[in-house]
Amino acid sequence: MTRVLLFGRLSDLAGWRMRELDPPPASLSALRARLAEADPALGEALAAAGVMAAVDRVLVRGDAALATGAEVAFMPPMSGG
Amino acid sequence: MAVRLQVEPFEPGALLSAFSAGRRETGAVVSFTGLARAGGGAVTTLTLEAYPGFTDVEIARIAQDAQARFSLDDVLVVHRIGVIAPGEAIVFVATAAAHRRAAFEAADQLMDYLKSRAPFWKKESGPDGARWIEPTARDLTDAARWD
Repeated sequence: MTRVLLFGRLSDLAGWRMRELDPPPASLSALRARLAEADPALGEALAAAGVMAAVDRVLVRGDAALATGAEVAFMPPMSGG
Repeated sequence: MAVRLQVEPFEPGALLSAFSAGRRETGAVVSFTGLARAGGGAVTTLTLEAYPGFTDVEIARIAQDAQARFSLDDVLVVHRIGVIAPGEAIVFVATAAAHRRAAFEAADQLMDYLKSRAPFWKKESGPDGARWIEPTARDLTDAARWD
């Protein structure tokens, strides 16, 4: 199982905030492909410039292998204060 | 050093008094309080989203960096999450140092970082609907001053 979290405008776009995928995708790119297949608009938004991914709360650039039980977060540009 | 994310409103004056109390070697305390703006009636609520277990760790890391870089005696960051009304405080940053320059610069850097690099997502809601706020070009160049 892989836990997927969406933040900010991504969760509004997808209509969900957290989803658990089973069987778990083997890599971040496989996860992106599966999400894009189910929701092409979300797939496009996840690939947009400025959207970051974290695996188990560590920022990842490019692809990464996903262990079983991994938590993957997709984060649009950040804005606090 | 302390970093707190909280849903509950806070009173900046009380935070500053507590932060300043009992210091014998600190010569300077600087604080910044950010308030939610009504935008001329366009904004009725602000919603701040964070990633628990990630946002707090990232802020603690940058606060530790600032503490080392500016030789601070202490740092406090308090940031609201959830639904915030105009006029309420969103963020409070306080820095303590032997001398004022370090305390001012550290507070300035921490706020620049919080505006565009800390993992928060901010939505404004009002009579005309809701929109997600992304960092402005100015926010990004402000943060890059410290790299």
